[in-house]
Amino acid sequence: MSLLEISGLSISYPGSAAVLDRLSFAIERGESLGLVGESGSGKTQTALAIMGLLPTNARATGGVVFDGKELLGRSERTLNLYRTRHMGIVFQDPMSALNPYVRIGDQLNRILLEHGLAGDDEADSRSLEMLRLVGLPDVERQFRSYPHQLSGGMRQRVMIAAALIGKPDLLIADEPTTALDVTVQAQILGLLRGLRHDLNTALLLITHDLGVVAGNCERMIVLKDGKLVEEGMTPEIFAEPVHPVTRAMLAAARRSDFLTRSQERTPNDQKPVLEIESLAVSYAVPGERRSRKRLSAVRQLGITIAPGETVALVGESGAGKTSLARAIVGLLPVQRGKMVLLGKPLTGRVESRSNALRRDVQMVFQDPAGSLNPAMRVDDIIAEPLTVHEPDKIKADKQEIVAAMLRRVGLDDALKKRFPHELSGGQAQRVAIARALVLKPKILICDEAVAALDGSIRQDILELLRAEQQQSGLSLLFITHDLTTVRQISHRVLVMYLGRLCELADTESLFMRPKHPYTKALLDAVPIADPAVGIIVSSDLGEAPSMLQPPSGCAFHPRCPYSILRCSDDLPELQDFNKSSAACHRAAELAL
Amino acid sequence: MNTGLVLPQIWKEIRRSRSITICGGILVFVAVLAVMGPLMSPHSYLTTDFDGRLIAPTLSNFHIFGTDDLGRDLFVRTLMGGQITLLVAVIASIVSLVIGVAYGAVAGYVGGHIDAIMMRAVDALYALPFIFLVILLMVVFERNFLLIFVAIGAINWLDMARIVRGQTISLKQREFVDAAKLIGVPAWRIIFRHITPNLLGVVIVYVTLTIPQAILVESFLSFLGLGVQEPQTSLGALVNGGVSHMEQAPWMLLIPAVLLAVVLLCFNFLGDGLRDFFDPRQEAK
Repeated sequence: MSLLEISGLSISYPGSAAVLDRLSFAIERGESLGLVGESGSGKTQTALAIMGLLPTNARATGGVVFDGKELLGRSERTLNLYRTRHMGIVFQDPMSALNPYVRIGDQLNRILLEHGLAGDDEADSRSLEMLRLVGLPDVERQFRSYPHQLSGGMRQRVMIAAALIGKPDLLIADEPTTALDVTVQAQILGLLRGLRHDLNTALLLITHDLGVVAGNCERMIVLKDGKLVEEGMTPEIFAEPVHPVTRAMLAAARRSDFLTRSQERTPNDQKPVLEIESLAVSYAVPGERRSRKRLSAVRQLGITIAPGETVALVGESGAGKTSLARAIVGLLPVQRGKMVLLGKPLTGRVESRSNALRRDVQMVFQDPAGSLNPAMRVDDIIAEPLTVHEPDKIKADKQEIVAAMLRRVGLDDALKKRFPHELSGGQAQRVAIARALVLKPKILICDEAVAALDGSIRQDILELLRAEQQQSGLSLLFITHDLTTVRQISHRVLVMYLGRLCELADTESLFMRPKHPYTKALLDAVPIADPAVGIIVSSDLGEAPSMLQPPSGCAFHPRCPYSILRCSDDLPELQDFNKSSAACHRAAELAL
Repeated sequence: MNTGLVLPQIWKEIRRSRSITICGGILVFVAVLAVMGPLMSPHSYLTTDFDGRLIAPTLSNFHIFGTDDLGRDLFVRTLMGGQITLLVAVIASIVSLVIGVAYGAVAGYVGGHIDAIMMRAVDALYALPFIFLVILLMVVFERNFLLIFVAIGAINWLDMARIVRGQTISLKQREFVDAAKLIGVPAWRIIFRHITPNLLGVVIVYVTLTIPQAILVESFLSFLGLGVQEPQTSLGALVNGGVSHMEQAPWMLLIPAVLLAVVLLCFNFLGDGLRDFFDPRQEAK
């Protein structure tokens, strides 16, 4: 008998089509199953149905049989007997899954007490033991912390501890690493693998990332629009995908393997579009205004961007990528250093810059819906930049201009009267790109512009940006944490760590011959969409240090496997190598 | 649902909500009746008739709501009172809407010292004892119909300004405002084109909740004798008049009181309905 058997499960909501259509699959004891699909394919609905957490207006039919007992349609009380003791779940966003007003230790204790798993006397020790098991550093202190005091990775560890505290037979992990940095993702996935092995828990891993499935699941199923389209052993599906959806997803995941733009590089002797020299950006720390304590988000950073060039900016969250972008466009004040745009100094906040300067630097934001005014229609959004800069022209030919821009970003003219919430994520991002491009900027800064989009839509947007660049010679500064995207779009890559530049290199040499140990660590952490490669067990980097108290010397030295005594004292200078430069004392001698 | 809903869409969705449709319908009916009713009646609101005092509601001679202690027709007077009450409500809410939204949006968007000064001014106005202020106004100027509007509006916009300021502060951190700045949109245009339309949801809800407040304040002032002056009347003034003849002529109290209650209830339910409607948690309905 299977541990969990789902047969003909359909879920629908009043007034909409079925979100899940006769889904059937089974999970054996101790097995790990990957559930893969793009957003809206019904992955999370499946998880909620298993846990009995569907909203009250959902209509579910079919069977969810756990250990021989039907769970669908059971009362809350019956389901609670299964939750924690037999099934645990980890959600994507650990912050919203933890109660912000309750200390970490108490959250775990409550689960134990609520389910009668431990008495008052032993709850603390059981919780501590569990937190130690999930590798939470400094357990005694974190036990008394509130969720907001923990980093994203640590919160996800706490969530895993909470899900596993009742020693369940089945752990459901719904996109457990999507909100985390690659380095942290690698740690969390490693943790799940280890725990599964130690506790013999079955795992249902829900993800959109085939790289995550490849290294972690024995078997996988693929969902598309609520229907199961493919099922089988992971290596076999990767070797011979049958359904077009699986094929497309695999192709997208692997595209990085044969596409690099370093070769098509434009001659770089032209005058640079943007020159940045020893730039420093810092904030007043909230709550510390009196003491004038400041957080340095960007330190001593220099870079030049040539016309028609794409520079990718990568690093973990908190590395200062977004601060750099916001300083360039003038949304953040610059502390020191200078920026020059086409020979003209780029200073001050955006409000104080001249119109001519403003229109040359445009930005596309991460959240396509959030960056469009919800109360404006698409045509007004696209036309607005010109109503400011060229009011006469836009009055005369608004319709033609909007139509031309829509065509240029690959949108149907019929969308022009829509409101942003009536657009899909990909469409909204195209509108945002159209709004930025209508001013014919010299440089476009994309801040995680494709991070919120699904695989195939992400490809389309990257394609659009590349085509746009080839046509108009636009320069791109592309901020991302996703190295696959980097490989596809960028000529050069800038790696940042705690506000400083670590490595600046041609894309190809960065991927083939990384010079900085941090770059190497980032590369190793990316899951590879190939089960045959297995898992590269990278050194566990631990948590990133706080920006408020960056380590002395090379900021990376506490996490660096190659650090020597000198690293903790001297700040490394940027050294030039063939096609790359890195700020590491040992860059010349190390073969990474 | 996000904070920024837009009018045509709101309208389509709103008609699905029963409390909004019913209460809105009743209010529209009352408003139409208050305007048209007095025109259809043969009586005038100020004609006194000493032979026909305190007549109970009757169909004869069209005194459907009876007459008061001066023999004036109560049907016409109640509807006239309704007119004034609704007028107070509408004017007070327009005043609070226009001043409050503009003031709050500017303070919230500009921020810094200007915000601090503007909001301290609001705090200072809050500190004035309202009733005392009204009595003072009534004494200094002669009793004036317009003064009530001014007084009520002057109080209501303070709340509105605070609410709008708070919303503006959270809206101005949204990316679409950053995007507008990068495009080069000037500050005033960001406030009126990007911020205010997105405040609509909150503002509409808040207005429907301040209207009953304004009505109550007006009724209260009229009840104290500080409000509308004879022969003009309002629902509050009528209730005041009714109280003194409660025993001989209960209809003088009951009819305007019931109408006042219906209007207040409808506005309150309408506000509640709209608040639920704009509540993000209603998304999964």
